[in-house]
Amino acid sequence: MADRQYELIYILPPETAEAQANELHEQVADIVTRLKGQIEKTENWGRRKFAYEIAHFKEGVYVLEVINGSGELMKEIDRRLKVIDQVLRHMIVRVDEEKRVVDRTRTKRQSESERRRVKRGLPPQRQPGEGRSSDNDDADDDRFDGGEV
Amino acid sequence: MAFGQGRSGGGGGRGRGDKKTADKAQGQRRPMFRRRKVCKFCADKIDDINYKDAKLLMPFVPERGKILPRRISGTCAMHQRKLQTALKRARQIALVPYVTD
Repeated sequence: MADRQYELIYILPPETAEAQANELHEQVADIVTRLKGQIEKTENWGRRKFAYEIAHFKEGVYVLEVINGSGELMKEIDRRLKVIDQVLRHMIVRVDEEKRVVDRTRTKRQSESERRRVKRGLPPQRQPGEGRSSDNDDADDDRFDGGEV
Repeated sequence: MAFGQGRSGGGGGRGRGDKKTADKAQGQRRPMFRRRKVCKFCADKIDDINYKDAKLLMPFVPERGKILPRRISGTCAMHQRKLQTALKRARQIALVPYVTD
């Protein structure tokens, strides 16, 4: 079966040095290679403010890894990250299915609009400076006016 | 509550339990010319409601930290569902608050 794709996000304390973050990344990469997955990309978001306090910290270092691999692999990573005290919080989300749906709707919409445009005798791509300038005025349409705040 | 009799469903059918403001201006059967709300995600053709995109999500989190209901934001059902999961994920990693007061 094709590999699944997951996103792993983990949060480290704000005073974490680059080297420490890298070390942790190595640990993750280790598990990934050991269980025959691969890391597609790694993003270090740097320090970010939290929306609420975590362990009395008001900000933290976010690291995002996109990983292709099996469920067992992610389970192992999850287990390991739970043990490591340095990680304030982590989250694993499976993304391949959603991604596929998004891609599909996007290409569908594009081909549909191209088809329509060709039908109207226009070039398939939108030209710059084209299109309605003013918004559609629907003030006459009161079907949806009930009970709105 | 002061909903007109003739109005069937429409956008506001669910607003009934709402205690504040909703009906004040609505008392008489005057047609209110209010802008029809459209789903932001349909209008802007945003396919992917991503939990990492705090900038996209924050307008749907009012001061208190709750998720803005559909009847107010005008988001369509499909996108509200996606928005919901995105917001809940974003909460877990502290990009979006659970509560604020």
